[in-house]
Amino acid sequence: MTFNRREALAVAAGALAFAVTGARIAWAAAEDTKKALMDFTGGAEPQTGRITLDAPEIAENGNTVPVSVSVESPMTAEDYVESVTILAEGNPSPAVATFHFTAMSGEAAASTRMRLAKTQNVIAVAKMSDGSVFMDTKEVKVTIGGCGG
Amino acid sequence: MAKVKPRVKLQKKADKGEVITIKTLISHPMESGQRKDKSGNVIPRKIINSFKCEFNGKPVFSCDMDPAISANPYLEFMAKVEESGTFAFTWVDDDGSVYTTEEKITVE
Repeated sequence: MTFNRREALAVAAGALAFAVTGARIAWAAAEDTKKALMDFTGGAEPQTGRITLDAPEIAENGNTVPVSVSVESPMTAEDYVESVTILAEGNPSPAVATFHFTAMSGEAAASTRMRLAKTQNVIAVAKMSDGSVFMDTKEVKVTIGGCGG
Repeated sequence: MAKVKPRVKLQKKADKGEVITIKTLISHPMESGQRKDKSGNVIPRKIINSFKCEFNGKPVFSCDMDPAISANPYLEFMAKVEESGTFAFTWVDDDGSVYTTEEKITVE
């Protein structure tokens, strides 16, 4: 297949336009996630440790991906985990779920099943009663996306 | 629509101060609002947006859910029991419907 000059230019322009929009979408998603994260933490910078996010490395079906989080905490009335949020960077909307714990939870651990649109990073953020914030990230490879259509 | 049926699994007896695991499941399509039907119209969002668990009227655990939660939302969490009592579970739908169930536990 050969192109004349006009066709070649058209193809190049199309490819460029695609690259630009593609990049913008990815960038917007990352910004959304960052915004959701900041809304949750109230601006505090997340530290690593204490929180463990557990999700499969490869999820065959993006419609039901098991996910669990646990946070190390004594869970007393004075020192407990207030809430944990789960964010999925590559979903149309990053929020997945937010768990709220109390001292009566005994342990700050919860599991659920989520939808993932594509291979992406999943983020879990824990907010402690003293205001400190901890974060864990895990990449999940998705074979079939879970956004239907 | 199929009838929404909440199910909860937890042990019937526990020792004082024991931390028990509670598993809940509710049948619900969790329509995300992202999908389109055959003629290209967006299927409106309809999900369970929040869940809470109380023990003898005191909050134990609650959860805000977003469309990224799978159909038939499953939740597993912990609770520390100090006395006999009743766990009350509440799910709230986007359309305002509330689904509830209760489960008793005996502490020895």
